[in-house]
Amino acid sequence: MTDSITKNTLTQSNTIADIIAGLNAGDFTSVEITQHYLNRIKQLDGNYNSYITINEKAALAQAEAADKRRAEGDAPAFCGVPIAHKDIFCTNGIRTSCGSKMLDNFVPPYNATVVENFANAGAVILGKTNMDEFAMGSSNETSFYGPVKNPWDTNTVPGGSSGGSAAAVAAHLTPGATATDTGGSIRQPAALCGITGLKPTYGRVSRWGMIAFASSLDQGGPMARTAEDCALMLNVMASFDPKDSTSVDREVPDYTANLNQPLKGLKIGIPKEYFEEGLNPGTEQAVRNALEELEKQGAILVSISLPHSNLSVPAYYVIAPAEASANLSRFDGVRYGHRCDDPKDLRDMYMRTRAEGFGDEVKRRILVGAYCLSAGYYDAYYRKAQQVRRLIKQDFVDAFEQVDLIMGPTSPSPAFEFGSKGDDPVAMYLEDIYTIATNLAGLPGMSVPCGLVDNKPVGLQIIGNYFDESRMLNAAHQFQQITDWHQQAPADIALKGNDVAGGAE
Amino acid sequence: MTIERADIEKLAELARIELNEATISETTKSIADVLALVDQLQAADTEGVEPMAHPTDAVQRLRADEVTETNHREEFQAIAPATEAGLYLVPKVID
Repeated sequence: MTDSITKNTLTQSNTIADIIAGLNAGDFTSVEITQHYLNRIKQLDGNYNSYITINEKAALAQAEAADKRRAEGDAPAFCGVPIAHKDIFCTNGIRTSCGSKMLDNFVPPYNATVVENFANAGAVILGKTNMDEFAMGSSNETSFYGPVKNPWDTNTVPGGSSGGSAAAVAAHLTPGATATDTGGSIRQPAALCGITGLKPTYGRVSRWGMIAFASSLDQGGPMARTAEDCALMLNVMASFDPKDSTSVDREVPDYTANLNQPLKGLKIGIPKEYFEEGLNPGTEQAVRNALEELEKQGAILVSISLPHSNLSVPAYYVIAPAEASANLSRFDGVRYGHRCDDPKDLRDMYMRTRAEGFGDEVKRRILVGAYCLSAGYYDAYYRKAQQVRRLIKQDFVDAFEQVDLIMGPTSPSPAFEFGSKGDDPVAMYLEDIYTIATNLAGLPGMSVPCGLVDNKPVGLQIIGNYFDESRMLNAAHQFQQITDWHQQAPADIALKGNDVAGGAE
Repeated sequence: MTIERADIEKLAELARIELNEATISETTKSIADVLALVDQLQAADTEGVEPMAHPTDAVQRLRADEVTETNHREEFQAIAPATEAGLYLVPKVID
């Protein structure tokens, strides 16, 4: 196969679809493309800090095995395609830190189902991406391994919590990455880094081996440059998993099947609450321009209302911390992870292990959660929030009686500077004001690049009905056929010297 | 709802997190801010609304009571802070 290598087809701007086509055609090998990304990571990631762990040796071995498999005529969907996993997914034999000192030494003895699915599909793991500690944050500033920098402007945040996955894709340090979204952690960083990301319907992607933050909200999903690549990744990620008690036993469609359908007659709901005070005017303009483009394709814009939108952030900051305080009680210094030195008794071991292992934001959320669940406050907080959650869901159920998709901004403004939200957790929490409601309702949501404001990317959010990911991907793909925002890249991501593959040294 | 240092100390005890003396007033203030945010919920009319535990109102799936997992004790204990003879070691609990 090496005879037919045409190296000019191997460039930094490859999509997953391009890579699959190139591997299938024999234009390059998995070892070459894997080495190409490893070279880029080694030379460029010092600028972005998007990876916590680089899986160099094992990646090249996986690539070699994939090339062999392909030569033998057995090439599954992602055979030899390099990807990165968010460091929240357990990877057998590769340290899985969840962005925390608590798990700095944790090497899981098993794979998350998502990781296993990609392994079965033949994918190569380039490494594990940086993230806010335990996925709690919207700026990546809470990572134990230091913040990720936005490749568009390294003075600004990449968003969070999947900021490492987003920045790695944006800087072309991987063609695609897994991520998770509890309140916007796929969509907001996708928006801020100018890439495409999708949070599936709750229960669509297995949570087994995905370190839990808020179990009734957490959902894994893909991040890549195009909707087509997200569809290809979701085909691998989505599965029914008996090991996850909330996994949904429902057939997984081919998410690429409907990408090319025309949008004529598609009804798009525009919630008025998503265009009110607090929305950056440049962001609003970019989103409105995108909607106009879709209208030109025959889509019908319908004004709708989601009247309980203003309650989504307050409800989330009861439910998510409450579930986190329960989930994170497992980190006790007994079975794995950090343990403090010289504990004098069991209580001292718990108290100091957890004080040393967790960062400030994680501690804050555990304490808020403990408060909301404590005797005498449960009804006023947790029960009340779960009631409000149903009201929020009902808003969407009513809206989807009239429309096929809902669209608006992903985040209120483009990427902000490090430290600019300072010590004000509430200001940071409002970053997810447009994304949280879909997690509370369990609906799928997506972010697609739709413009630049002061050379900073803006995301168009697409919200679908339950299990309607195919329709969202169709609309996103069609939008990407008529616009080129998803092809824009930060100016400063070229390798020094020749940017084609370093070759299989 | 006001929250004070003593409340935070009680929560920290419940959550088994030793508080940092130097930052305890900052912690108290930031938690008070978060609770002020979530207090907006109290204005919502939720009369007669059933609390929502699962987005699609799914119920816990049952499975046959069969052994499906094999023993991985050595692998699990290899990553533990302290073990001996197949047991996890912790500080003495009973004198």
